[in-house]
Amino acid sequence: MFGRLTIDAFPFYSAIAASGAAITVLGALSVIALITYLRAWRVVLFDWVSSLDHKKIGIMYVMLALVMLMRGFIDAAMMRSQQAIALGNEGYLPADHFDQIFTSHGTIMIFFMAMPFLSGLINHIMPQQIGARDVAFPFMNAVSLWLTAAGAGLVLISLVIGKFSTAGWSGYPPYSGAEYNPGVGVDYWLWAVLIAGVGSTMSGINFLVTILKCRAPGMHLFRMPLFTWTVFVTSILMIFAFPALTVACGLLALDRTFGMHFFTNAMGGNMMHYVNLFWLWGHPEVYILILPAFGVFSEVVATFSQKRLFGYISLVLATMAIGILSFTVWLHHFFTMGSSADVNSFFGIMTTIIAVPTGVKVFDWLLTMYRGRLIFKPPMLYTIGFLVTFVIGGLSGVLLALPPVDYVMHNTTFLVAHFHNMIIPGVLFGYLAGYMFWFPKAFGFKLNETWGTRSFWCWIVGFYLAFMPLYVLGLKGMPRRMEHYDIAAWQPHLIVAAIGAFIILLGIICLGIQLAVSIRDREQTRDLTGDPWNGRSLEWATSSPPAPYNFAILPNVQSIDAFWDMKHRGVAYQQPDRYVDIALPKNTFIPAFIGGAAFVFGFAVVWYIWWLAVLALVGITLAIIIRASDDETEFVLPAREVQTIEDARFAKLAKAPRNEMVDDPGFAGGSVLEGST
Amino acid sequence: MNEGASATIETAALPFAEARKYEEKAFGFWVYLMSDAIIFALLFATYLVMLDNTAGGPTGQQLFSLERAAGETTLLLLSSTTFGFASVALAASNRPRVLQWLVVTAALGLGFLFLEFGEFNGMIAEGAGPDRSGFLSAFFALVGTHGLHVSVGIIWILVMIGQVLAKGLTRPVASRIMRLGLFWHFLDIIWIGIFSIVYLPGLI
Repeated sequence: MFGRLTIDAFPFYSAIAASGAAITVLGALSVIALITYLRAWRVVLFDWVSSLDHKKIGIMYVMLALVMLMRGFIDAAMMRSQQAIALGNEGYLPADHFDQIFTSHGTIMIFFMAMPFLSGLINHIMPQQIGARDVAFPFMNAVSLWLTAAGAGLVLISLVIGKFSTAGWSGYPPYSGAEYNPGVGVDYWLWAVLIAGVGSTMSGINFLVTILKCRAPGMHLFRMPLFTWTVFVTSILMIFAFPALTVACGLLALDRTFGMHFFTNAMGGNMMHYVNLFWLWGHPEVYILILPAFGVFSEVVATFSQKRLFGYISLVLATMAIGILSFTVWLHHFFTMGSSADVNSFFGIMTTIIAVPTGVKVFDWLLTMYRGRLIFKPPMLYTIGFLVTFVIGGLSGVLLALPPVDYVMHNTTFLVAHFHNMIIPGVLFGYLAGYMFWFPKAFGFKLNETWGTRSFWCWIVGFYLAFMPLYVLGLKGMPRRMEHYDIAAWQPHLIVAAIGAFIILLGIICLGIQLAVSIRDREQTRDLTGDPWNGRSLEWATSSPPAPYNFAILPNVQSIDAFWDMKHRGVAYQQPDRYVDIALPKNTFIPAFIGGAAFVFGFAVVWYIWWLAVLALVGITLAIIIRASDDETEFVLPAREVQTIEDARFAKLAKAPRNEMVDDPGFAGGSVLEGST
Repeated sequence: MNEGASATIETAALPFAEARKYEEKAFGFWVYLMSDAIIFALLFATYLVMLDNTAGGPTGQQLFSLERAAGETTLLLLSSTTFGFASVALAASNRPRVLQWLVVTAALGLGFLFLEFGEFNGMIAEGAGPDRSGFLSAFFALVGTHGLHVSVGIIWILVMIGQVLAKGLTRPVASRIMRLGLFWHFLDIIWIGIFSIVYLPGLI
């Protein structure tokens, strides 16, 4: 009846595992209690869970990402503290538990922190930047969200029922095969990743079609804001790279569940094939994560330098070049696995070449700041912190791209330092900059700048303290993922790294305080104009938060930096004579149902509860058929109601100062604002 | 292709916004097919990597039957043709014809699945199941994934038959049949790959 699920699956065997489970369960219960206390179930269910509005979906993605950021950070803190004390003793984490923690840290940070954060920012902003009213496929958009949430749910529940994988976030066979890893851990990992991966593929399709088909009149490709350009390339990468993850993990699941022999030691398996398939996705994935962050930096650096972006065309071309080259470097993840010298050389050279377009971008951002009037708001601080730190990571990457060097560094903490040096400043700083930059757009009030600045300094100082020692340790030969060690010379570095992790914790706490303080003070920081930063692209033309339809009348784009141009021409805030009816997607619970059923399916397959798996699949199929037979998926917002919403907006605009940055030292936007009044 | 042509004729008279919706859906579906094509490309690559990994078990030459593969090919290619007829009938808004050809297509698809199921069953009975060797795992994964797609396609055809019966050839229904056509022809192209990469070289 319950497959291999027995009472032993609950973690009563270890106090640490049991407290992890208790925190997860209590977290879930307290969210339920909070919603009940606020009597918000109706709002949660009918305004949010069932919503197909790209803006609400974007916000839900980012909420998921922030929750998972905390979970992933707890894992990191546990690893750092374990390594800081485990010289010549076992520390406080047994090896099996430590292995689960580094696996879940990597899995969560890549799949369930970075991916939802990216999808959330894209969802909220990209349609507004191109002057669209929604994404091309609002229903599929919601399905993507709930599939991602289902995958995250599987990772979380593995803490309470059963165990998580011990095979690392990349799950290499044969260790991840049934022979060496017979429990449920690897299965949890596989199905979490597979289900979320399907969601990501669909997101990619959705974003690509939106950008190609839903742009406002006059929004030529080469007038698109750079964030949209990076989303365009990222979507292409998602569409073409995620199938490789699906195949790699799907085949591994077949091996484990049905005793097949794709990646086994014996019977004709070929484990190198898994590694090839995995990194065929895994390397483009790095660029899937980082390109939209590059887009955020481009928007932020232009806005807070009060200048047009330097080298727009070169930034676009560099983005496309990175997109193409990202498919030609995957083998650098396993130089040491014995390919011929020629093959290794090819991939080594391609890897160093990919640094060139990235370098072009860095120069473009620097030259955007050159002779700009810089305003140091938190998003800009994160951007500058990124520029400085990312270059260091890039240099260590070029070093690792040389196969002979890689032979020495492979699997050491040098590698760990390198990719954290790319991903924390490159990806996370980008998303946090985007979060602080676009928060007023999403919620109508600004985030507290003092606490934002504090979070930045904690993050960047903590980052350097946590990861620079790992470079040194890697050069000294410390392998990654060590649960304990007996070389005394390593310990001081690991203690510094643990202190760094603690300072990052302060950075996360600052983010939490920032959010709380900003909500408390929201009446003073209201964004009445929809354009709190003297912005340049079309998302600042909508109100904050935007009306459900974003644009009552689709804007007519005549230039790059469309909104800046409209302000210059004095047409940014003109109220049209009349409005038209607008068709919008109706809310529906089907996407959330599909996500829930996918979660049940994943759980059932992990525990071999086959009847439940079949039931969940039938449920998903029926839900899709019901939706596919529904021809009335939209409702019409009558012109009358649009008029009411817009009249209220223009009444607010008349009262508001045109720009809240006017008081900032270095503000140079006066001429633009005169034109717009 | 017929579908493309008929879609343009169909949508020519539509209001702009509605026509754009269908165009977006068709384009999105093409993009999905490209993504799906990558899955098959990687399964083909897996098959070729695993080709010699028979672990002392049977090889393709011992297992494959040209007659059966030819039968499967005939049924599937015929079903693609009959779907083409359904699309022509759709362009002419001939509802009974559309239904008739969709039923024929589904029947041919079922025939294909019947043959494939028999082939798989026979191999497993001989002890040449997917757990016998890396080669057989790759074979079952590639051909089985195609078979799974055909099964989904048949369910989709049945749903569309139901929709045509219940709603008639309305524009949303027609646009769905158009995308179903893309899907069905795509599976045909994949099968041609399977026939020429799996069965033919396996038997030579």
